[in-house]
Amino acid sequence: MSDTNADQDILVTAQSWMAAGRRVALATVVSTWGSAPRPTGSQMVVDADGRMMGSVSGGCIEGAVVEQAMAAIDDGKTRLLDFGISDDQAWEVGLACGGKIQIFVEKIGQ
Amino acid sequence: MTPELLGQLNADRAAKRPVALITDLETGDQFLLHPFEKPADPDDLIQIAARKALVEDRAAKLEIGGKSFFINVFNPPLRLIIVGAVHIAQPLSQIAQLAGYEVSIIDPRTAFASAERFPGIHLVTEWPDAAMTGLGPDTRTAVVLVTHDPKLDDPALHVTLRSPAFYIGALGSKKTQAARMARLEAAGFDETARARIRGPVGLNIGAKSPAEIAVSIMAEITQTLRSEAA
Repeated sequence: MSDTNADQDILVTAQSWMAAGRRVALATVVSTWGSAPRPTGSQMVVDADGRMMGSVSGGCIEGAVVEQAMAAIDDGKTRLLDFGISDDQAWEVGLACGGKIQIFVEKIGQ
Repeated sequence: MTPELLGQLNADRAAKRPVALITDLETGDQFLLHPFEKPADPDDLIQIAARKALVEDRAAKLEIGGKSFFINVFNPPLRLIIVGAVHIAQPLSQIAQLAGYEVSIIDPRTAFASAERFPGIHLVTEWPDAAMTGLGPDTRTAVVLVTHDPKLDDPALHVTLRSPAFYIGALGSKKTQAARMARLEAAGFDETARARIRGPVGLNIGAKSPAEIAVSIMAEITQTLRSEAA
């Protein structure tokens, strides 16, 4: 999304965390349906200790995303997460707003 | 994402270079694309989609041949540079700020370009050509000239015409515009360069007051920004 209204620069933060020796993953909103709180392209950076900056929702799914981001830091695999969809995935969480969000999670680095 | 790709992406953003990050959502494969740095190729579906996403300033998903790509877009901030700290610049700078633009006003006449008249606006009081060179208009910059004085407008215009600014507007009647075009031709600017200048400036909505003229200018800037051809 545009840098025009970026109040926190997630990608610059990710780079500086890396430079400080922290292991980092990035979560990005890639699809939304209905009344999702954050537009596609919104990002959140997470480190191996679960510290995060940015947001991918109004706060309702960040906890689950952080968990998956930490797992991605460990195994290096990308993840495509669907929230608000009724299935039996372990990380499935309902969205209070009634919308649906798809999140791409990737480790930065090999 | 590799650290190298992240570094390049942040470097492009710092350089105010419009860039798209393309991700294959299944494999995680990624690359950066600068879709305006080469001519549009109708067969290159990713380039076309990336151009559209950047113009709309909105991330997009693209399905091609069973593959699902995510296109995230990173545009430099929108900027408006107004040459001439005259009356019309007051409502224009306010409307532009509401529309999300960083506004700078160039006017070497410090009686006009005063913080009292333009609270909170970035004022540059160097001579217009030096001021414009310093501001460096890019593909996300609109430039509007409103001084009515060729001595101030023209030096700024010469620098602007050598930049990739997406919108160039100049206040003045048809007669004023004709005189301006003749001066630019004499200064060596060809027809393609001269055709970039919108004048009389703004959409024709019958605007009379300075605020109404500002609305018509902002409408024309918006139309240019959001058109696919931009």
